[in-house]
Amino acid sequence: MRIWSSSLFRAKMFPKVKSPLFYINAFFEEMGEVGLLTFKTFKNLFKKPWEKGIFIQQLEEVGVRSLPVVSLTAAFGGLVFGLQTYIGFHRYIGAGSETYGGPIISLGLSKELIPILVGLMVTGRVGSAMAAEIGTMKITEQIDALFSLGADPIRYLVVPRTIACFVMLPFLTIYGDLIGIAAGFFYNVYLMGVNRVLYLRNILLYMELWDVFSGLIKASIFGLIIALIGCWQGLKTEGGAEGVGRATTRTVVIASILILIVNFFLSKALPADIGS
Amino acid sequence: MIRVVDLYKSFGDNKVLQGVNLHLKERETLVIIGQSGCGKSVLLKHIMGLLKPDSGKVYVDGVDITVLDDDELHKITRKFGMLFQGTALFDSLTVGQNVSFGLERYTDYSKEKIEEIVRENLAKVGLRKIEHLMPFELSGGMRKRVGLARAIAYNPDIILYDEPSTGIDPIRADAINDLIIRMKKEMNAGELIITHDMVSAYKVADRIGMLYKGKIIEMGTPEEIRNSKNPVVQQFIRGRAEGPIENW
Repeated sequence: MRIWSSSLFRAKMFPKVKSPLFYINAFFEEMGEVGLLTFKTFKNLFKKPWEKGIFIQQLEEVGVRSLPVVSLTAAFGGLVFGLQTYIGFHRYIGAGSETYGGPIISLGLSKELIPILVGLMVTGRVGSAMAAEIGTMKITEQIDALFSLGADPIRYLVVPRTIACFVMLPFLTIYGDLIGIAAGFFYNVYLMGVNRVLYLRNILLYMELWDVFSGLIKASIFGLIIALIGCWQGLKTEGGAEGVGRATTRTVVIASILILIVNFFLSKALPADIGS
Repeated sequence: MIRVVDLYKSFGDNKVLQGVNLHLKERETLVIIGQSGCGKSVLLKHIMGLLKPDSGKVYVDGVDITVLDDDELHKITRKFGMLFQGTALFDSLTVGQNVSFGLERYTDYSKEKIEEIVRENLAKVGLRKIEHLMPFELSGGMRKRVGLARAIAYNPDIILYDEPSTGIDPIRADAINDLIIRMKKEMNAGELIITHDMVSAYKVADRIGMLYKGKIIEMGTPEEIRNSKNPVVQQFIRGRAEGPIENW
């Protein structure tokens, strides 16, 4: 018998196409699950006992241990942004105008690029680890054991991770802003010979505190997305090692896409400045 | 102590429990036997409040736990200590932290008192000076014993065992059986044991019930079960491939 005529081969190669209604139903079901988890997390925020030990451990995991990867991405983001703005000003405006690259680099980095880069890096590093850790706990009955020993899994696992991400993402972002802006400054001033005083003066002249602050607001919201998606995927893990792998992959994909979508809407919703 | 009344549970089209009724009396050891995948662990999870039934009631000391919210349930789970099938020790915590986990949440003992109770309970299961070890450093038998020490640390009224002898060699399995008998005597607790190991069931049980096709089809003392006229029970306890049991 030819292999492709076997029912197994056909089932693998041509899986039964499900109706659009199935996917719409599944989408709303998953939205409901995330919504319920978010509600339960907020409900448990102020309930005792607070898991201080886990919270501090998560602050270190999300914040301190993400510093190397944020340093690298922010530095190279700042360098390449500096390179392109230098080329842009030099080619289209003319020699001497490159000093205006300073505020553009600083604004672009602090409002958009750094919060997004930090969000995506933390998703890959921390969100996936949350899904894998909680997913492994789920399939080895450790979540059931938590419950049987008097610990609410939401309060013990989800709340400390969510607060840690909410708090640490802005800190990572402000750190990334400094590294990125310094990298842009380094490229323009030390490598391309742009006037240092004018470059800095233009940054101080055109940049507002709100530009940095709006990036921090975005970062906090990205933090919530990363933690809630990672924990949600971890808690619904089924099917052994394969299930854990699927949960981590889905966490990275869903959280990354959500960050990019939410970023656009936040950029639209947050005011460009808060008045002079 | 525990009374399960007409318990039904399905997962999609899979009807796992189809009207389970059972009663665990004070200081009794009740063993539920049945094939792998017949719903024994699902039954145990309903008794712990980890799963909600489609219909039916689970009473613990007269309280119907199927209608309680999580906070109210935790007051009831204080009465239970559970040894999980794969032990479910927390990977990220040391043995000492695992055993003290329930104590820290269910009691307001001082740190020193908790450390003392941890040492005592580890000694009860024959383990000493291993508080600092991580679970991955332990053998299968040691993990089971740490799991038991964790389950009994806060003096529960009822101890639940999910396949206590699975995954360990016959000698260690027998040692676990001895521990189960000793725990009952020392702690004066009721015990509900889920297993398919008949050697273990005969040794520790006051009564044995058989779960088959989502129902308890036979309940009696070990002797009554041994002499049961039910061909399904006879096939299972004798471990024969031929017989009325389908879908094995």
